[in-house]
Amino acid sequence: MPVTSMTFIIALYIFMLAAFTGYVVISRVPSILHTPLMSGSNFIHGIVVVGALSVLLSATNIPEQVIGFIGVLFGAGNVMGGYVVTDRMLAMFKPSTQKPAQKAQDGKA
Amino acid sequence: MTAVDYVIGLSGLVASGLFIYGLKGMSSPVTAVRGIVIAGWGMAFVVAVAFLQAFNVSDEVLPHLPVNLGLAVVALLLGGAWAGWKGRTVAMTAMPQMVALFNGMGGGSAAAISAVALLRHNETDALHLGVTVLGGLIGSISLTGSLIAWAKLDGRLKNPMRFKGQQIFNLLVFLGTVVLGGMAVVTQMQGAPEAGLFSLLFFLGALFFGLCMTVPIGGADMPVVISLYNAFTGLAVGLEGYVMADPALMIAGMVVGSAGTLLTMLMAKAMNRSIANVLFSNFGASSGEAAGGPQGKMKSTDPADAASTMRYASSVIIIPGYGLAVAQAQQKLYEMVKMLQTAGVDVKFAIHPVAGRMPGHMNVLLAEAGVPYDMIYDMDDINDSFKTTDVALVIGANDVVNPSARTDKSSPIYGMPILNADQAKQVFVIKRGQGTGYSGVQNPLFFLPNTTMVFGDAQAVLGKMVEALKALGTN
Repeated sequence: MPVTSMTFIIALYIFMLAAFTGYVVISRVPSILHTPLMSGSNFIHGIVVVGALSVLLSATNIPEQVIGFIGVLFGAGNVMGGYVVTDRMLAMFKPSTQKPAQKAQDGKA
Repeated sequence: MTAVDYVIGLSGLVASGLFIYGLKGMSSPVTAVRGIVIAGWGMAFVVAVAFLQAFNVSDEVLPHLPVNLGLAVVALLLGGAWAGWKGRTVAMTAMPQMVALFNGMGGGSAAAISAVALLRHNETDALHLGVTVLGGLIGSISLTGSLIAWAKLDGRLKNPMRFKGQQIFNLLVFLGTVVLGGMAVVTQMQGAPEAGLFSLLFFLGALFFGLCMTVPIGGADMPVVISLYNAFTGLAVGLEGYVMADPALMIAGMVVGSAGTLLTMLMAKAMNRSIANVLFSNFGASSGEAAGGPQGKMKSTDPADAASTMRYASSVIIIPGYGLAVAQAQQKLYEMVKMLQTAGVDVKFAIHPVAGRMPGHMNVLLAEAGVPYDMIYDMDDINDSFKTTDVALVIGANDVVNPSARTDKSSPIYGMPILNADQAKQVFVIKRGQGTGYSGVQNPLFFLPNTTMVFGDAQAVLGKMVEALKALGTN
């Protein structure tokens, strides 16, 4: 997409709506989920890897390639680490209503 | 726009929709796992589609494309594999520093995008350049700041580094960095050859400021700081979205930026501090003077005695702290709790908002041991129940049950909301020794007439309690 296709004003609208969205989604979260959620939001900003990828793919000289490579490397770490850690934490939350047998099964899976 | 542009643009739309839907799912324990999986699919999709850009490059880039593609694949695999392996194997107690590390990498990635954008010299719009520099600044601070936070929580940096005039020094570093950023923008606009030099100096300044800002902050405050840098990275990613004209980055980044800011404020509130106070107050610097503390004698007893008291109580509230997790004793604890339940005792867990190393960390640690989440109560829901409870069992927690937070204005933790453990008829405290808590403050709870200490390693003490309960039987 050409840079000129988006004016700064439209960007501000997007920022405002996104900020409200983040606020509303998080404000109802029980505190037991705060740590997984911090990790989950950490995963979501890993989308920065997409920006880094497009920088690296359009690189035309070695400095750009080096910095782009670091960008993608770090971004990939952010995405993968954020996902694995969040998934591991969330998978542990189980209610007591679950039958013991079922629980044992989940433990093995 | 070409067809590839449309596909890439729409993939971002799909991904940001899935992110928000997934984040919403994570707001309840019932749908949380599905939430992260949904967000994960969104991410996999948008990353895969990003490679379509290879069909859409200018003639200038074409000769470099094979190398670029190779580098991209290697970087993705390398970064992903390393982080995936780390995330899979890290102990749950070390989770906060791991989150800090991954977060710092995201900040670094955002800063890298800014760096290349400045390197390319193809932009002369002041606003666009300003946003690029701002994104680079925030991303760089998040990178080095998160690294320091990781090192501190991981025990690699033991003491806060403080010196006279540090705040003024930090302010000068910050202002210097901003001036360098401004110079980078101006020289870029003029197409001056110094633009590269100023950009480089600007990034070095920003990275250095991240270090300076974080080293004086004590380990106890690191969770708030990590959460703040998480919001920083989100913001930086949002700004890079504007730089790259990619709405998906703008939305995902800004959602995290605002959600992270809210989380940070909730955490700071739970410790009864403002964010500014966390960042600039050098908390705990004076704690050495409080050593005089409360006078009197601690009573102590052996684990078997405490276990039988709980066995014949009608209600028990357990207050777990980070010490429990350090001793790896959650499993043993839950074993004991199940025995108490079989004996007809009403057992609940009370969690202080900052128990563990971040809000909700203790819930994760208990969940790992298999404790169902409906046995676990937040401070506000359980604090009134202590008055009518027979036994409060404090394990490896200290500051969150310190009554001087209510009364002693000179205490560094004065005003922090605490769990009312002291109001229970009988309080048992399992503790390694007679030392102070993480904040270095003495705890009058240990000297109260209704408090009895059980000294020893949590794992060993709970083991003996389980033995004692077995001997007593369940009837």
